[in-house]
Parts: sequence; C-alpha cells; structure tokens
Amino acid sequence: MVGRIGRRRAVAHMNLAAAKAGLRLGQAIAHATALVPGLVLHDLDAEADTAALQRLALWAQRLYSPSVAADPPDGLVIDATGCAHLFGGEEKMLIDLRRRLTRAGYTATVAIADSWGGAHALARYSRRPVFVAAPGALGHALTDLPVAALRLPIPTVQALAKLGFDTLGELEAAAKGPLARRFGMEPIRRLDQAFGREPEPIEPVFAPRTPRAAKIFAEPIGAPETLARYLTQLTFELCATLEAKSLGAKVIDAWFHRVDNRVESARIALSAPARDAPRLSKLLCGKLETVDPGFGVDKMVLAAPGAEPLTYSQDDALGGPRAADLSGLIDTLLARLGPDAVYRLASTQSDLPERSVRKAPAAERPAAFSWPVDWPRPTRFFPRPEPIETMALLPDQPPAWFTWRGVRRRVRRADGPERVFGEWWKADAELARSRDYFQVEDEGGERYWIYRDGDGEDAATGTQRWFMAGVFG
Amino acid sequence: MIQTPFHPSPHGALDALRSKVRALETPGRADRVLPFGVAPLDARLPGGGLAFGALHEVAGGAEEALHGATAAKFAAGVLARAEGEVLWCRRQADLFAPSLAQAGLPPARVIFADAGDEAGVLAAMEEGLRWPGLAGVVGEVGKLSMTASRRLQLAAEKSGQMAIVVRRWRRVADAADLGQPTAAQTRWRVSPLPSSPLPPSVPGVGRPRWFLELLRCKAGEAFDLELEACDAKGHLRLPAPLAHRSAGASAGPRDLGQGRAVA
Repeated sequence: MVGRIGRRRAVAHMNLAAAKAGLRLGQAIAHATALVPGLVLHDLDAEADTAALQRLALWAQRLYSPSVAADPPDGLVIDATGCAHLFGGEEKMLIDLRRRLTRAGYTATVAIADSWGGAHALARYSRRPVFVAAPGALGHALTDLPVAALRLPIPTVQALAKLGFDTLGELEAAAKGPLARRFGMEPIRRLDQAFGREPEPIEPVFAPRTPRAAKIFAEPIGAPETLARYLTQLTFELCATLEAKSLGAKVIDAWFHRVDNRVESARIALSAPARDAPRLSKLLCGKLETVDPGFGVDKMVLAAPGAEPLTYSQDDALGGPRAADLSGLIDTLLARLGPDAVYRLASTQSDLPERSVRKAPAAERPAAFSWPVDWPRPTRFFPRPEPIETMALLPDQPPAWFTWRGVRRRVRRADGPERVFGEWWKADAELARSRDYFQVEDEGGERYWIYRDGDGEDAATGTQRWFMAGVFG
Repeated sequence: MIQTPFHPSPHGALDALRSKVRALETPGRADRVLPFGVAPLDARLPGGGLAFGALHEVAGGAEEALHGATAAKFAAGVLARAEGEVLWCRRQADLFAPSLAQAGLPPARVIFADAGDEAGVLAAMEEGLRWPGLAGVVGEVGKLSMTASRRLQLAAEKSGQMAIVVRRWRRVADAADLGQPTAAQTRWRVSPLPSSPLPPSVPGVGRPRWFLELLRCKAGEAFDLELEACDAKGHLRLPAPLAHRSAGASAGPRDLGQGRAVA
C-alpha cells in the first residue's frame, strides 16, 4: 500500500511477507522497490478504508459491546467493561473475536487492557495474536514495548529513537519536563493514556440510521438550567426525527462533550418504546444531576440506539375499556427510585413460600399465577423466619402454645399441617427435608403462620424446630 | 304559626345548603364512590361508599400497628373491587404477593415501588396519583404530616384516584401518632377478631373477622362494626347470626346499635 508522507510516496501498509522481506512503515517507495524486486504496489484509498472500518465497528457493536469505535487507520476499540462474562471470560472473548475476523478474511491481533492506549499498544506490538493484560498489570506489560506503540507521529518516534528512547519503560522512567519542552505535551499525554492515568472516553459509532440530535455551542454552557433547556430542545428534535420514521426510543443516550476534552454521559431506559418529548425530556433532565459539566459543555449529542417501530393505534371506543398505558409512570419511578425498585411480583413453580415469588419487570403483565387459592397465605411474610418456642403434643398437631418475641400465646384454633417438601432437584441436601406449616389463631384473634422444620418424627427431615413465617390479615 | 313562604320545607333548605358547602369543599370533582356492598357500612359513609379522588388512612389495632397485616389486606380488598391497576409503595418488602392475590389483586394488577425512606414512599405515591389510569395508590408509612397528607389529598382530587395510606409503625407506642390530624377524608382502624366459628366437631380456623372502626370521617360520623374479612374478590361480609357465637365475638358494649338482621 502506497501512501504519502508530505510530498514523499511511502509505505503506508504492508502484509506479513513484505515485513519479512525487511520493509518498514514510512519507508520511501523507491527504497522499498530497490530492496524487494517485484513488489506489488497499491494506492491507498483512505476513504474506502475508513468506511470499511466503520462497517466493522458496527458489526462488533452488535456482537460485543454497545460502545465500539473505529481506531483509524487500522484498528477497532471496544469498551468491553462488563461484557466479557457473556463469552465466558476475557480470553475466550478475544479468541472468539479473532476467530470471527479471521473467517471474514482479516488478519488481526487483539488485546485487552485497562486503558484504550494500553490495549492499542499491546495489540500491535506484543507479538502475540491474543493478549490479556490482567487488571492492574498493565504497566508491567507495557514496559518492553517500542515507543512506536504510543500513537505518536512518525517523526516524533524517530526523534525519540535518536535520543535513545526505545521502549516505553525508558520513556516512563525519563524526566517529563525536558521531554515536554522538546516534544510538547503530546508524548506525555499518550504515555498517560497508555498507562491508564488519563481517561480516554470512547465515542461509539452510530449505525447510520440511529436517530440522533446534536448541538454545538459557540460558548460552553455549564449552568444546570441552561443544560436542561438545551437538553429539552434536543429531546424535541430527537422525537421529531423518531416521529418521522415511526420509531419509538427504547434507550436514549446523552453525551456531554466538555471543553477539557472529556465526555460525560447519561442514559435513560424505557419500559416501552416512546417518543413523547415532554415526558422524555423530564426524565433526561432528572439525570442531569449525575452529569458534571466541569468548565463547560460545548457539544451535546442525543441518540436513540435500537429504536423500535412505534405506531399509535386508534382507540377502540366500541371494544370496551382498554388497559391504561402505565409505561410513563413506570419509567418515571424507575428513573427516580432505581432500576430494581419498580417491579411486579409473579409466581414461580415452587411450593416453598420463599421461592414462590419472583420479581418481574413492571411492564410485563403476568397473566396467571400458580399460588394456592384454598390455602390461606399470610399478608406479611418474614424474609427471615423467626425461631419460636412451642409446646407441641403430636407430630401432626399444632402446638398448644408458642412464645414469639417474648410473648406467650395460647393457640385457640389451628389449621394444618400443610406439608412442603424440599426441592431435591435444586440441592441434594433438600432431598429428605420437609416442613409442616400451620395457621394458628391465638386468644385475641391474631392469626399467624408458623412451621416446623421437619415432620416431627424423623431427624433426617429437619431440625424439628419451630419458626414464625408470617402474619395473616 | 305562619310558615315563611321562602322555605316550604326546612329539610330542602338544609339539603341545598349541604350540597353548596360540599361544592365549596371539593371544587370540580364528581362524587364518585366505591361502595363496600355492606349496607350498614355504606349507609353511614357520605355518598354511600369510600370516595375516589380522596386520601384514606388505615391502621391496624394493637400489635397490628407493627405488622399492618390487617390494614394492608383491607386496602387490598378495597382496591380489588375498583377497576384498574394498583401502585403499592413501600419501604419494607415484607408484603406477601400470594396473599394479595387471595384478596382479589393478582400479579397483573399490582406494581410495587420500593423507596428507601418514608419521604420516598410519599413522593412515589404522589407521582402515582398524577398518572391517570390507576385504580389507586397504596403507601405504607408511619409518620404522615399535615403537609404530606394535604399534598396527597390534592393529587388524588385532581386525578380522581383513590389514595390509601397504610399506617405502620416500628413500635406499638408510636401508634399514638394516629391521633394527629391529617387531611385524609377517612381514617380507619382494623383489628383482628377471633375467626367465625365452625360447626362444633370441625377443627380449624374459620373465616377471619375484623373489628372495623371508622375513627374519623369528613362530613360523616365515626362508628365501628364487626365484619368478616375480605374474600377472594375483596368483599367484606356481615357475620351471620349464629346460635353458638363465641363469647369473645359478641361480648362488649361496642356491638350495640348495629344491624344484624341483614341477609
């Protein structure tokens, strides 16, 4: 591949064979052809390369992580925070990535590290096809890499080499002051980025059709009310785009580019596709608290990745009452209370009371439930059953009295036992276990749900101790 | 004696005045109520039932002030009979969903919201009351200040939903807080009573009974009543007049003056 450095035609990319023949990047073409007779030259098509890299980034975004960006001229960078476990570990994820790329006809080396700069360097210069830098061990892994790994312009790298800096370890050990005077801040910044001392946010690629809205400010803005005003304005723009495409947002991401070159982000997730601008802007503005504008924000970007088709249906006045749309309320509460705090409680196929309830998303409408209808269940159920003292007569009979929280109560009436067996398919230890539940009523009319751990006879079935499980209404 | 021509009947004048005052008290709201379906109960509530678009308070008596089990079940039974979904805001996640399903509120009708503190519970309730389409909103709190209750009452008036606060305290002594004034339309106290007796030879627990007290009611009188707890559809029922009533259930002056001869 032939590219240009200044007015000179030079080697921009090469394959493995050319490298073995002794060519280097940045070498003059005349020099290269002299070294290797019969060298096949192609002109560099930078635009096509960039476009292909973008396509590759979108492909990786679908497979690996929502946050993927092209790292021109020849790389991809993936923010894999919290993604590796889906593939069974970091190494497995990298192997999978490399295998897929190889199958698609690319020669690739991959590395994972704590920082973008570090992963960039290791992928290109570690001489290993797959490199996993363990968390915290990045500095050690980088020490022996050449200075060229730092993403610096070729003349800078060459000048550093002349001064005797060959590896990152040497550069790291050198005094930073003279370096900065000689080369500017760029080498220091790249070094900090590689060692993970300076954050380097990834601005992910967007699929070409992702609805988005952006605004650039001539003067950086920082006041909360100003941020909120422009955020609202952008939300309205985004919703207009969504409306034109008959789409509804499932997720809205907001990026705030700060003047000091950092990017803050906020995200709202919706329980159902929506493009209701007043509501969405309210939710987004609620998230502004978590955004630190620093010295000011000079660019704001809103995007709705993964938008889904949303068409409003006509209200059917003849069809009787329709279930009200509560997604707005659910989203507001989710944004305020946290992602786990709003839910429904649905049934599971389990006879053990504490396992019979599961949390379901609030937007879901569980149609049926498998809880017993005839056996009364207590209104309050203690997550941790409390031990009680009892006087029980026969295994199949409820206790005559019990003491709970220091108060002794005589049992006037009781129902039971309701025997529940351990779920041996969940744990071997539950194979022989069983519990007997009783509903008991004391003299004052208070009704309690108590149980005995075991069947009252066989020690293998449990400890035979009694517990308070809940209070009936 | 000469009757004044302007007031042919004193009752008519009083009724007119009452409706005028009611219109002043609750502007722009239709008096929609949810009847209990229990005649002696509905007859004593203004409008013939529990008002929508209003705040109601329920607490448990004695030890129930801690558990709030009867109060929660009472609230569930009321909203089970209304149409639509219910938002249940709480701080402690010890409400047992199967029990709600047995009172007529299946999983498809209840959305739970867990807040970290009581202020969060009240805020979540207010948010819920703002959105149309819910049957009602329930919140479990101990303290309910005049300001907080006023906000809830106003939000309920605006949307026409029912707001129910289940009062529940950490200590029985704190339950004295129930005496403090709030903006709620009604204030109830529900205490468990020994269950309905079964035939003599049958062991077991009968249908649960409650002692239901209306402690405070705007434009209404306080009263109390012994009732059978709500069934699978949320309906309360008057106890049937049995020959072998248990001593505890019928004793005491509090039963005086209530209608028993209802089918």
